[in-house]
Amino acid sequence: MTVVGNKYTVIGFRVTRAGPLALLQDAGRFGVRRLGVTQGGPADLHGWAWANRLAGNAWGTPALEVTFGGLRLVAERDLTVAVAGADLGATLEGEPLALWRPVRIREGQTLAFATPVNGLRAYLAVAGGFRAEPVLGSVSCVVREGLGGFDTRGGKLAEGDRLAVGEGSGASVAERGMPETAEIDYRQPARLALLPGAQVGEFTGQSLYRAFNAAWRVDDRADRMGVRLTGPRLLCRLASMISEGIGLGAVQVPPDGQPIALLNDRQTIGGYPRLGALTPLAASRLAQCLPSQEVHLVAASREHALAEHRHFLASVGQG
Amino acid sequence: MSRGAAMSLPRIESAGLDAWLVRLFDRIDEANLPWLTALTRRCEAAFGEALVDLVPSYTTLLVVFDPLRLAPQAARHRLAQLLQDLAPDENAAAGEIHELPTWYDASVGPDLARVAEHTGLSVEAVIDCHAGTDYRVFALGFAPGFAFMGLLDARLEVPRLETPRQRVPVNSVAIAGRQTAAYPAVTPGGWNLLGRTSARLFDRDRDGFSLLRVGDRVRFVPVDRRTFESQGGDATPMEAGR
Repeated sequence: MTVVGNKYTVIGFRVTRAGPLALLQDAGRFGVRRLGVTQGGPADLHGWAWANRLAGNAWGTPALEVTFGGLRLVAERDLTVAVAGADLGATLEGEPLALWRPVRIREGQTLAFATPVNGLRAYLAVAGGFRAEPVLGSVSCVVREGLGGFDTRGGKLAEGDRLAVGEGSGASVAERGMPETAEIDYRQPARLALLPGAQVGEFTGQSLYRAFNAAWRVDDRADRMGVRLTGPRLLCRLASMISEGIGLGAVQVPPDGQPIALLNDRQTIGGYPRLGALTPLAASRLAQCLPSQEVHLVAASREHALAEHRHFLASVGQG
Repeated sequence: MSRGAAMSLPRIESAGLDAWLVRLFDRIDEANLPWLTALTRRCEAAFGEALVDLVPSYTTLLVVFDPLRLAPQAARHRLAQLLQDLAPDENAAAGEIHELPTWYDASVGPDLARVAEHTGLSVEAVIDCHAGTDYRVFALGFAPGFAFMGLLDARLEVPRLETPRQRVPVNSVAIAGRQTAAYPAVTPGGWNLLGRTSARLFDRDRDGFSLLRVGDRVRFVPVDRRTFESQGGDATPMEAGR
């Protein structure tokens, strides 16, 4: 037994296959963006929050973000887990694993993710939470910055890693499922709510009409920093601006006219004009889209977006 | 506040569900710093626990808040109130003064010759000019602890490289346009490299992590190789042609 962050931990899993990208994520790293340190945290806040909720964990508990699949873990002890977000063909001992509900795993059993069936990022929460030493107040793993994760140095999971979990808690998680209406078919064209920003009036000609009426395609240049969308070229009077702080979901438009929606690992400042910002839930939804998938930008009101966000947080027991 | 031509400034702009961007100025100027510092401090006091993050930059302050603790319209109203009687904070904005020991040499500053050619100055004059100016930190970004500093002497104004390098060595000292910076980590980069500093720019083991903060004053102090290495500087040369 070891002490991490003043909490007793035990080894919960051993990694027997790392897959392309599995990262530890808590709610994110806050209060340090003025040092140039990015936000981090789960790209799909919705899936991450539900995984924790279903595992009986409090908001902010570290969970694994599994992108694309491939990860294989062996339980080192009896555990309760929940997988939410994408369906990456997860199996337990070779049998399909039930998603969006708590599942008991016994010591020695193998939990494996295959490839995307529905969505891109799955969240694995374990009752009691994964445990690592925080860096700048967070365990969120940002590979580019070399911060966070189990090794505190921004390392993604690797074969042979032994993953610490909080001991004991969550052993008596009540059977609680999720309202079926909240489960999402990520394969459908996504309607992404966007709050128009200050430069929206600088887009010329048909550009604004096109921005909100075109069927955009998710480009293969997409990662935790941002997702490029391809479609009609948007023209803006401003080529570039003096760099300024950029929020989650900001949709910037570089001179090539193809928007980029900025996600959790974005740089803290930037200088391209912006259409506006996706709502946190819209950014979450975009993070589940695969390349070539169709998305639409939908202008939203702040009041409506706030009500939706509050409803989501209440549904996962926050706020 | 009144600032001449800034007719419609300051402005509070939408930056998402949980953020407002306060635009104070429309151009880069050292005189912006006392205002930005004052507003940053006032936000810290006025938002309390509802404050999530503050990102000051050249002309703006991004204020990120928790919309459950403070409704967006209430946050906007609070910002408007703070702006009404905002006064520049000259003391706080004076910032810390840092001297960054820097070894200017072609082996670690492979663009010295390019900058000399572009500016018509000798390599020695380029070094004298870069080290002879006190800079202010206008913004942090791009990477943890990466400080955008200015303003560079107009004689040293050189565009970015046409093709950015894939890997700029840590602690490289660089210029682009009217700005200068030192790389706190190995990253891609398109700035012109003049040398390398032995300073620890972003130290995970030090409280606060980033040596430089917005508003700080920075001076590059030329040192020879022996001094540079004795201070812990890494003299490993850049690979040829990279």
